[in-house]
Amino acid sequence: MNTLFDKIWDAHLVTKVEDGPTQLYIDRLFCHEVTSPQAFSGLRARGIKVMRPEKVFCMPDHNTPTHDQDKPIEDPISRTQVDTLAKNASDFGLEHFGMMSPKNGIIHVVGPERGLTLPGMTIVCGDSHTSTHGALGAVAFGIGTSEVEMVLASQCILQSRPKTMRISVDGKLAKGVTAKDIALYIISKMTTGGATGYFVEYAGEAITGLSMEGRLTLCNLSIEMGARGGMIAPDEVTIDYIRNREYAPKGEEWDHAVAYWKTLKSADDAVFDKEVSYRAEDIEPMITYGTNPGMGMGITHQIPSLDSVPEAGRTSFSKSLEYMGLQPEENLIGKKIDYVFIGSCTNGRIEDFRDFASIVKGRKKADNVIAWLVPGSWEVDKQMRKEGLDKIFEEAGFAIRQPGCSACLAMNDDKVPAGKYAVSTSNRNFEGRQGPGARTLLASPLVAAAAAVTGVITDPRTLL
Amino acid sequence: MKEKFNILTSTCVPLPLENVDTDQIIPARFLKATTKEGFGDNLFCDWRYDKQGNKIESFVLNDPTYNGKILVAGKNFGSGSSREHAAWAIAGYGFRVVVSSFFADIFRNNALNNFVLPVVVSESFLAELFDSINKDPNTVLEVNLPDQTIKNVATGSFEYFEINSYKKHCLENGLDDIDFLLSNKDKIEAWENK
Repeated sequence: MNTLFDKIWDAHLVTKVEDGPTQLYIDRLFCHEVTSPQAFSGLRARGIKVMRPEKVFCMPDHNTPTHDQDKPIEDPISRTQVDTLAKNASDFGLEHFGMMSPKNGIIHVVGPERGLTLPGMTIVCGDSHTSTHGALGAVAFGIGTSEVEMVLASQCILQSRPKTMRISVDGKLAKGVTAKDIALYIISKMTTGGATGYFVEYAGEAITGLSMEGRLTLCNLSIEMGARGGMIAPDEVTIDYIRNREYAPKGEEWDHAVAYWKTLKSADDAVFDKEVSYRAEDIEPMITYGTNPGMGMGITHQIPSLDSVPEAGRTSFSKSLEYMGLQPEENLIGKKIDYVFIGSCTNGRIEDFRDFASIVKGRKKADNVIAWLVPGSWEVDKQMRKEGLDKIFEEAGFAIRQPGCSACLAMNDDKVPAGKYAVSTSNRNFEGRQGPGARTLLASPLVAAAAAVTGVITDPRTLL
Repeated sequence: MKEKFNILTSTCVPLPLENVDTDQIIPARFLKATTKEGFGDNLFCDWRYDKQGNKIESFVLNDPTYNGKILVAGKNFGSGSSREHAAWAIAGYGFRVVVSSFFADIFRNNALNNFVLPVVVSESFLAELFDSINKDPNTVLEVNLPDQTIKNVATGSFEYFEINSYKKHCLENGLDDIDFLLSNKDKIEAWENK
C-alpha cells in the first residue's frame, strides 16, 4: 500500500460496492470516433445528458486520412463515423477538436501536449493506449464503450481495484537505445499477458532519466504486457513539460497544483504486490519478429528455437512465424523490408521525428522502401517545420503526411499489402493489424530510420 | 443485449490458440459502424474467410462438427485493443460464454457488460476440455452461474469459477452498471463537493 497508484485511486473513490467493484470518479474523459458512437446512442436511448461536459474532450483520429484533410473523407463509412463524433459533441455540448483544427491529432498525443493531462488525475478513453497519460503521474486506462457511456452518464466508472507492480530499470541506457527499446525489452521478458491484472509504476535511474516524451512512449506500451496502466511519479521533468501549456493551471492555481504534484510519489516503505527489476545495460535496440509485442528481441539476436518455447505455446508460435514468413533461429539483420512507418500514439512526437532525422540526414531513402511519416498532431507537424526537419526529410526523399493514427491500425487508406514487411514505430504487430496479411516488425524510430535508408533491417548504432 | 444469465447447457466450439487478440476477434476495418449490430458476421473474419470472401473450411467456425453457445479458447484470450466491438462480435455470433485459463482485463469487462460470461478455468481443466472436445465434438458443458460451476456433463468433471457478487447479480437480473450509477448520483455529487 501507499504507492503512487494507491494515493490517486483512493483520492477518487466515491464508494465501494459490497463484494464488487469500486466506484471511481473520473477527472478526464477523451472520446474518439470509433469507440464512442454507441455510448452516445445509449445516452439518447436513456434520455439523459452528459453529467459533466466540461471534463470531456473529443477528437477524431483513427479514421482520419493522412492527406487532403481539408476535403471530405472519401470513404463514406469513415466519414459517417467522423461526422457522428462532431454531431455528438455538438448535441451534448462537448469540446471537439475536429479534423484540420490546429488542436487535432491522436488523442494520446494531444492530451499531454495541450495540458489536458495532469498529474494526479484519473483519465479514461475508449482506447487501450490511454495508459500513455500515466507518464505524467496520472491513473489512466483504456475502457470499453459501455464504460464510456458510464462516464458520460455519471462521471464515474465501476472498476475492480488492480494489483500494483513496480518495474525498476536501473543503470544508464547505451547510445542508440530508446524508451521504445526499454518497453519492447520489458514486454519480451514479461510476455504479452504477464502484467494482466496489475497497474505498473516505472522507476529507476533509466526511467527518471527519460524525457517526458520517452516516458509517454514507455507508458503507452504498458497495455502490451496486459497491464491495466503504467505510470511514472511526477518530477521536475514533468512540471517543466506542463508549464504554460494551454489547459494547464496558471498563476496561483499553478502554484497550488505544483505543490500537490510534488506529494505524488510512492512512499519509501510502499508495498507493491509485485516488484521486478531490469538493468539498462542489458537492453539493445529491439525488434519484434512475431505477431504479438511480447515476441521481441535485441536486433542482433536470433529468433528463438521451437524447443525453447513452452509446449502449450508452440502451435501459436509456429502459426505466428508462418504468418511472418520467418524461421526459428533466423537473424533479421540484412533482411529486406518494404515499408517504414513512423508515427502513432507510441512514437509520433517531435523527439521521435528528431531521432528519425538524426539518421536520415545526409542519406537517401532506399528505393525499395515506401515510407510513411505521420506526425501525431498538427502541433508536432508545426514544430517539425519550425526546426527544419521537413527540409531534412525532403532532401532524403521522404514526405510528411497529415496527422492521425494512420498505418498503426490501417483504418484509413494507409495499409501495408499482404506479405509485405513493415518496420513500424507503432504498438501492435498483430496479424492483419496494418492491413490484411501485412507483416509488422515493431521498433524504435532509430531502427525505422536505419531500415528506411538501407532498405534492410540494420542496427542503427552502425549509422549513428 | 440485456439478456439474463442463469444456467447454460450447450455444446461448444474449441479454439486452442493462445493470445487470441482483439484484432483477430474483429479486425479494425470493421470498427466503422455506429451501432452495435452485425459484428457477429465478421467474428474472426480473417481466419474464417479468404481474401475472396470464401469460407476457409479448416477454421473451426466453418466446421459443421462444432456448434454451440460456448467458445473454449487458449490462454490470454482478448488481449490488445479496448474495442468493445470484440465483445459485440462474440455476442452477435451467438456465444454466451467464453472459457479460457486467462483473459485480458478490458475484454473481460467488455464481455460482462454485454452479458457474455467469461469463465476462467485452470490450465489443467482447460487441457482436459480440449481433449474431451477432440474425442467427442458433441461434448456438452453446463455453466451454472448461481453455483459458479462449469461442468463437463458426460464425465462429471467440474470446477468452480470466480465472479464478484455484484456482477453476478447484474447478470442474473439483466441489470447494467449505468442503472446502478444513476441510482447513485447523490454520492457522486457529495464527492465533488468535498
